[in-house]
Amino acid sequence: MNIGVFVCHCGSNIAGTVDTEQVAQAARSFPEVAFATDTMYACSEPGQAGIIDAIREYGLDGVVVASCTPRMHEATFRKTIGRAGLNTYLFEMANIREHVSWIGKDKEANTNKAIDLVQIAVEKLRRNTALFSSEFEINKRVMVIGGGVAGIQAALDCADGGLEVVLVERESTIGGKMAKLDKTFPTVDCSSCILGPRMVDIAQHPNITLHAMAEVESVDGFVGNFDVKVRKKATYVDWEACTGCGQCMEKCPSRKAEDRFNEHVGTTTAINIPFPQAIPKKAVIDPGACIMLTKGKCGACAKLCPTQAIRFEQEDTVVQEQVGAIIAATGYDLFDFTLYGEYGGGRYPDVVTSMQYERMLSASGPTGGHLVRPSDGKEPKDIVFIQCVGSRDHSVNRPYCSGFCCMYTAKQTILTKDHIPDSQSYVFYMDIRSPGKLYDEFTRRAMEEYGAKYIRGRVSTIQPRNGRYVVKGADTLMGSPVEIEADLVVLAVGAEASRGAGALAEKLRISYDGYGFFMEGHPKLKPVETNTAGVYLAGSCQGPKDIPSSVAQGSAAASKVQALFSRDKLASDPQVSSVALQRCVGCAKCASTCPFGAIEMTEFRGMPKASVVETVCQGCGVCAVTCPQGAIQLQHFTDNQILAEVNALCPY
Amino acid sequence: MSVTQYAYYPGCSGMGSSIEYDISTRALCKSLGVELLDIPDWNCCGSTPAHASDHLLSASLVARNLAIAESMDVAGIITPCPSCLKNLKTTSLRMQRKAFHDKVESIVERPVRADLPIKSVLQTVLEHCEPEAIASHVSRPLKGLKVVPYYGCIMNRPPDVMTFDDPENPTSLDRLMTALGAEVLPFPHKVDCCGASLGLVRRDLVTTLSGRILDTAAALGAHAIVAACPMCQMNLDMRQSQINRANHTRHHMPVFYYTQLAGLALGQSESCLCMDKLCVNPADTLRLVDCPAAEERTR
Repeated sequence: MNIGVFVCHCGSNIAGTVDTEQVAQAARSFPEVAFATDTMYACSEPGQAGIIDAIREYGLDGVVVASCTPRMHEATFRKTIGRAGLNTYLFEMANIREHVSWIGKDKEANTNKAIDLVQIAVEKLRRNTALFSSEFEINKRVMVIGGGVAGIQAALDCADGGLEVVLVERESTIGGKMAKLDKTFPTVDCSSCILGPRMVDIAQHPNITLHAMAEVESVDGFVGNFDVKVRKKATYVDWEACTGCGQCMEKCPSRKAEDRFNEHVGTTTAINIPFPQAIPKKAVIDPGACIMLTKGKCGACAKLCPTQAIRFEQEDTVVQEQVGAIIAATGYDLFDFTLYGEYGGGRYPDVVTSMQYERMLSASGPTGGHLVRPSDGKEPKDIVFIQCVGSRDHSVNRPYCSGFCCMYTAKQTILTKDHIPDSQSYVFYMDIRSPGKLYDEFTRRAMEEYGAKYIRGRVSTIQPRNGRYVVKGADTLMGSPVEIEADLVVLAVGAEASRGAGALAEKLRISYDGYGFFMEGHPKLKPVETNTAGVYLAGSCQGPKDIPSSVAQGSAAASKVQALFSRDKLASDPQVSSVALQRCVGCAKCASTCPFGAIEMTEFRGMPKASVVETVCQGCGVCAVTCPQGAIQLQHFTDNQILAEVNALCPY
Repeated sequence: MSVTQYAYYPGCSGMGSSIEYDISTRALCKSLGVELLDIPDWNCCGSTPAHASDHLLSASLVARNLAIAESMDVAGIITPCPSCLKNLKTTSLRMQRKAFHDKVESIVERPVRADLPIKSVLQTVLEHCEPEAIASHVSRPLKGLKVVPYYGCIMNRPPDVMTFDDPENPTSLDRLMTALGAEVLPFPHKVDCCGASLGLVRRDLVTTLSGRILDTAAALGAHAIVAACPMCQMNLDMRQSQINRANHTRHHMPVFYYTQLAGLALGQSESCLCMDKLCVNPADTLRLVDCPAAEERTR
């Protein structure tokens, strides 16, 4: 083999703490290295041209680039040597940036380590073989998980582009958090007026299949060919027959069901349609609150239903959906403020969350759009808003900023003044974070035109006194303690990962951060991709986001799916396992350990043998370490290659 | 109830201004089977002045006491005073750091392990006996007595040092008082600051802060405040007339140590519990315990 080694400076990123020239010089002494040089930016156009020229001039048939992580530029350089006519798998990368130059300052030690890494790469490359991709068909259907505004946008964009879309929603209606909002910042336009038509589009779009009251149970397969099981939870109502007339709700005697849509401001009926614009507008029975389902008698709704749609005997069903791509848009949940003892820990009825306040502001909400104190139904006059409840606080493991609370609090002070002109709002804040278009102007309006009093400081305690609440805190600008008597306290609860996000991420085989938010492919350059091919992200499941950003991500994820589906076939990665038939004893241990079901047991001359389905294999290598015979080997990560790498490092 | 031995650190106030707390604590522990062995030749923990000027000074003062206690065969160190408790616990925690530990040892010139559990008497009593078990020993239930529990600001805080009860809404005193038969009112100022030692230099702060505690207790209809801290008790009880003068109020609110009321319920005599040491005369309030109807008559 004629190997070429290219040692990248990466400007000063590598050359600052690694003597790249010395690395190149050392490489010249490694076996089968015909050419070695250092280069300013290997990934730049002249850098790549240099590689191609060297291949031609020195007749190279294998290339090592010592530069950054393969996650960054492996694909780039594979294409480069492909253009020079080499098999793209006769290539290795030595990571001397993330693994060397960025982590140490000792130039001599760094240089030595870089030389070692290059030597390892050379030894591996010497044992590489040319690999060839095969192709497989793509199923051009897409599944969107989560029917909030991000999922709705993604689903509509895909469907309008001609793709078949399966939308899965956990609740009985789509709309997500946005459907609960009264108005949106910074324009104070009606949330349901702008979201409602989009929800109707979902229901009417011929390309969209909507599974509400459904959750993803399992995900098998791989990009282009996912096989998803969706559990449709029992609604105890035949949705084919239900017309959403709502007569059942009027006569239901059980009125103690938890009202999740209205954020537990009051209770609702056991049979319920969450709100008038619900999509699908179908009734659902809460089995924990239904008298028929808990005590065995009642059936008032069944007697009344004009279409006889009630089915007390209904059970969960599981449907299978085959799709080629998945967009996760599972949104967020609100922080549980009862962890804060200083805000009463949930003991005070007139300390409410911002979302509960939003429901009270909404004309279709539980109070008909009237702001009232939950304790006595009276109109509040002095209202204290506390920001950063469950945001930017290490003590509750929420060190991140939820991003949208400053804005919605400003909006809520404006709406409060509109609802009750003689009211006074006070806002305890840490910093005002309003970096969006027309956002800072909006918070200024809340203060200057609507008279909201902003106090920079935290609240230490809320104490009831004579039917009102004394809110004690610090004014850190004045350097003095403050006390405000309030009728109502609104906590700007932050965003946290959606309940069950971690479990879904594991089903989708995508990573998530310490807080449960899904990890994007790259923090800047791959905001809606994940590290699993064919799985994309949209909206707050990746981190807290406001509506415009969520919508933008919904569209972005849809365009990624469109790009993926613009081809009819996908090339498979040939770095997969293969079985040496003469060594395989047919024990099937590999088949039982393979997490992807990529190994089939076949017969060869009457003997059982393992066989790898190349398009399913993800190249994880679990089978290779399981095989007692060493018969199954991961191509380009064979035992011999790994041993050669170890020997290069430890020659004695 | 089994008997467990603890090294007892009374604190300076227990020798003087809160002698009734010390005496009633010893009585309560005895009747519940918690045996107290005084730390011989103990010294002041340094209180606020020490830790406010130098952590090493504060730790060294405490470490000497820790070292003596470690030479005794005890299950831990207990103290009735939250301020002493905070100093003992903070030092024990700081001494987990080796550099600090070595420095302190070189000052006190003796080995200090700093590994004994350190607890308040309140925590020890409640861990030793469930409130229900204490209730079975009650011979004179505090029926008819409405109290507000006042923990003070440092009995449970900072939470990672004190590791006892809820830092914002503690309930240990509530549970104990309920078990003794008293009616416990929901008190919003459970962990508020009374003004502490600022009573000496900024009396106006104490009359404001402690005044509010008295105002709310009275507004809630409490007959008495139950305290667990000598400093709080002193500000609320001894300074009550100062507070009344400053705020133009007419409070007559007895402020008991919880150990005094517990002793009463467990059948100890009022004189043994030093009820006469309280500045605000509790006689009228104590009569309610004997005869709940008395309240009606006095109206």
